[in-house]
Amino acid sequence: MPEISSVDKSDERIKSRSRFREALIVPELGGICGTILVFAFFLLTAGESGMFNAAGVLNWSVVSAQFMIIAVGACLLMIAGEFDLSVGSMIGFAGMMIAIFSVNMDWPMWIAILVAFAICLATGALNGWICVRTGLPSFIVTLASLFILRGLTIFLPQTLENKTIIGGVREAAEGDWLAPVFGGKVLTGLFQWFGEIGVIATFERGVNKGMPVVDGIPMLIAWALALIVFGHVLLTKTRFGNWIFASGGDAESARNSGVPVNRVKIMMFMFTAFCATVFATCQVIEFGSAGADRGLLKEFEAIIAVVIGGALLTGGYGSVLGAALGALIFGVVQQGLFFAGVESSLFRVFLGIILLFAVVLNTYIRRIITGEK
Amino acid sequence: MESHLSPLIQMKHIEKHFGSVIALAGVSVDVFAGECHCLLGDNGAGKSTFIKTMSGVYKPTSGEILFEGRPMNFADPRDAISAGIATVHQHLAMIPLMSVSRNFFMGNEPLRKIGPMKFFDHEFANRVTMEEMRKMGISLRGPDQAVGTLSGGERQTVAIARAVYFGAKVLILDEPTSALGVRQTANVLSTIDKVRRQGIGVVLITHNVRHAMAVGDRFTVLNRGKTVGTARRGEIAPEELQDLMAGGQELVALESSLGGTV
Ligand SMILES: Nc1ncnc2c1ncn2[C@@H]1O[C@H](COP(=O)(O)OP(=O)(O)OP(=O)(O)O)[C@@H](O)[C@H]1O
Ligand SMILES: [Mg+2]
Repeated sequence: MPEISSVDKSDERIKSRSRFREALIVPELGGICGTILVFAFFLLTAGESGMFNAAGVLNWSVVSAQFMIIAVGACLLMIAGEFDLSVGSMIGFAGMMIAIFSVNMDWPMWIAILVAFAICLATGALNGWICVRTGLPSFIVTLASLFILRGLTIFLPQTLENKTIIGGVREAAEGDWLAPVFGGKVLTGLFQWFGEIGVIATFERGVNKGMPVVDGIPMLIAWALALIVFGHVLLTKTRFGNWIFASGGDAESARNSGVPVNRVKIMMFMFTAFCATVFATCQVIEFGSAGADRGLLKEFEAIIAVVIGGALLTGGYGSVLGAALGALIFGVVQQGLFFAGVESSLFRVFLGIILLFAVVLNTYIRRIITGEK
Repeated sequence: MESHLSPLIQMKHIEKHFGSVIALAGVSVDVFAGECHCLLGDNGAGKSTFIKTMSGVYKPTSGEILFEGRPMNFADPRDAISAGIATVHQHLAMIPLMSVSRNFFMGNEPLRKIGPMKFFDHEFANRVTMEEMRKMGISLRGPDQAVGTLSGGERQTVAIARAVYFGAKVLILDEPTSALGVRQTANVLSTIDKVRRQGIGVVLITHNVRHAMAVGDRFTVLNRGKTVGTARRGEIAPEELQDLMAGGQELVALESSLGGTV
């Protein structure tokens, strides 16, 4: 072989690009820009309304964290090339299961929670199994689960109790060891101290006099952060993450290269179900009740957050951090318009605009990165 | 190739049906360590289907496969890969949205232990990918470049480099040079020669008789799902092989009408 020229030299066919431009070309750019835009908007229009004091921050953080929990699951599943439209129904269903087990059947709370998790994970696995075995689009399979689960969520409490809301969960959770993992608060000591040194305002009167207005981080937020870190590390730093990308990018090629595509997809359906159940458990313990209409339309909100975050609807590309930013945008806009005193229907208008803007930007970036036409 | 050794892979009377389509109607081929066995034949002859039964993608409808003398029953490509059989498929099995190094190690990710947990060793993957691609005569812009931004030939080269890197015992190449330039083709052929010398069994599918003649030790011609015959290097002239590949007589007439350029 003749000695190959031009190999060890730096490639003359590459225009040098500035560091700044390089740093901008990330899949999360749409999410980052959207986040900056949204915060700038609300700092200007609602800066004085209390949206950015401790209680206000907690308010939109909790809402964003809810979106984040389901967005992480939807994100990994979408990158693996599938959708789960039954997320919203599963939230309602899981909550109802917990309420029925703990209130109607008088099981200890922790058993109720664990059994609900087991049922939902099994449902997720079944969704995935049907998709990979039949080759049907997950869109259709999970649409069926959407109706089945929602139907059961309405039917069961009506048959058992003649109503569609089951209360008394908070009482049933009293003294349980597992319930605080979903309904408790962390760092309460730290916030107590914040209150004492005056970083956070304290209540001036009433039973809570002297207590900080925010007395800790709700477990919901801790779950959201933990799931984001877990999802991000799994996707970008592990072998399994490579399999997720490969399964969604081209299942056939991935299979021929030795990736266990079916296993990956089924596990991602189960992970999505896990996230939905975490959401549901936090919600029933916080509200103290389960309602048959809980989680309505959550599947679409999760998918929108994921797409704002830069994921490709057809799979094989996306970012958990992006999806988390998408969820943050969602939460901040929803609560921010309330703080700004704007008609809540404008939430949809604003969200539509952000969605369009972020997706256009994401598509542009993705074409640069992947050479996609 | 020494014939007193037993073959690395023995495929006996392999049949593969897709519904009512009989893609393979009893094909037998064996591959020895250190030989390059060329599979030749017209479009639709069943070459790709045949090597897919060898690499665990398809289960044969009937027939027997012996790997190192033992019956092998690969449930999926993963088993074949871990047994040391690497394949460059005609459609390459590359994911355009993923980076070159993620593609290179897809299904065989290098792991690094940090505490009790194992992580994808990106640093190792990037280094090896760049090195292996350089050996094939392609300089990549970077290991994190997406495969979708590569040219067709560059993609093919990544797939070949990957198979060469992981093919510990058998290397299967399905039309590996179809999109390659002159220099890269020469490189691939010399790579085949090199790995053969290392004692790896190579199965090469090509439509180019000159390439087959350049590296092949034995030539098996398939036609419409059946073995037409197997010949050793030196036993057959390129013209004869070409006629067999095209299914016999028709080409002679065609060839004369084209002025002998085919
Ligand atoms: N999955 C499948 N389902 C149905 N028929 C198939 C399938 N795969 C291959 N076939 C048929 O089997 C026959 C052999 O196909 P194969 O791809 O093995 O041909 P080939 O020899 O590799 O051809 P080429 O030189 O064009 O690559 C063809 O007639 C094809 O239509
Ligand atoms: Mg073929």
